Amino acid sequence: MNNKIINWFKFASPQSFYPLAGRMIPWFWALTAIFTVAGLWISFFVAPTDAQQGEGYRIIFIHVPASWMSMFIYLVLAFWAGLGLALNTRLSGMMAQALAPTGALMAFLSLWTGAFWGKPMWGTWWVWDARLTSELILFFLYIGFIALQAAIDDPRRADKAGAILALVGAVNIPIIYFSVKWWNTLHQGSSVNLAKSSMAQTMLWGMLLMALAFWMYAIAVALTRARAIILERERHTEWIKEVVR
Amino acid sequence: MKPRHKRIAIIAGGLAAIGIAAALVLNALDSNIALYVTPSEVAAGKAPKDKAFRIGGMVREGSIKRDGVTVNFVVTDTVKEIPVSYTGILPDLFKEGKGAVVQGKLGTDGRFTASEVLAKHDENYMPPAAKDAVDQAQKAQKTLK
Repeated sequence: MNNKIINWFKFASPQSFYPLAGRMIPWFWALTAIFTVAGLWISFFVAPTDAQQGEGYRIIFIHVPASWMSMFIYLVLAFWAGLGLALNTRLSGMMAQALAPTGALMAFLSLWTGAFWGKPMWGTWWVWDARLTSELILFFLYIGFIALQAAIDDPRRADKAGAILALVGAVNIPIIYFSVKWWNTLHQGSSVNLAKSSMAQTMLWGMLLMALAFWMYAIAVALTRARAIILERERHTEWIKEVVR
Repeated sequence: MKPRHKRIAIIAGGLAAIGIAAALVLNALDSNIALYVTPSEVAAGKAPKDKAFRIGGMVREGSIKRDGVTVNFVVTDTVKEIPVSYTGILPDLFKEGKGAVVQGKLGTDGRFTASEVLAKHDENYMPPAAKDAVDQAQKAQKTLK
């Protein structure tokens, strides 16, 4: 039992995490490439045209994975933030900081592609319904987290301030997810859940593959960014001087 | 209690408190967050008076009548109905038997004059062939009844 705990904390040290992440990154890039090619191929060449929306529905192959990832990355970010506050581990704050820009990108993609879909299908780019508004708040939370961390010079203090913002903002995630159930919204209810999905099989496969591609991309990019943050923050240590030499 | 456990407890407690506060606020805001009211709610007097608001529901089958560039149709929630007039361009997905959200004002004669019509898409995604099959099945079921 004791051994296990020691092992976990070993990877929490930037010195052992740095080379480990370096070894993992190429694999995640490879998985990203595979899932992207397969996902895009199904999305554009295999998945049938939708009965009501025609070809325009194909934007969901970007929109839905981006929306899922924007919420999921936030939960992971909040998890690392909470871990950093509770255990005072240096790596947690770095992971949270590394995830934020990718999360913001996903939230932006979700809003942007949604607007492109909304104009022809709903008849409007934007409407202040609960789903769209809460997703916009999520985007602002990411931006706020990045700005707050960047505004504080001492990285440990920046981590703590950012972590509190991240944890408070986590309340927004269930609101986004359940908004279409709790209130009247223009945004449709979810087409996919664990029990059943109201979507043709190939469409669903295309979407799931694209979601996996986005997921692997997010991991690869976050790990790359985490390595850069380690290099910057630990630059005074001996082992970094060894690495960089 | 180790300081680590104390911090975990504080974080968990803080999250719970924020969660409860958010739940109470959202509960209080309930009707203000809703994008639209249903025809039944309008009939019950829940719609704002002398103010533009949105009504959401189904466009009743066979109710779309075009008069030049003005379109008249009926929005229903299967219990209550509201006649709507709208002048302008309709979105692609605006169809009879499908969801729509209309924004505008309710006249004294009970007719709703819309300044904006939005189509509300449902969560079903299927190819045309499958759609035909579903429609056929529904028709068959209707004739059986």
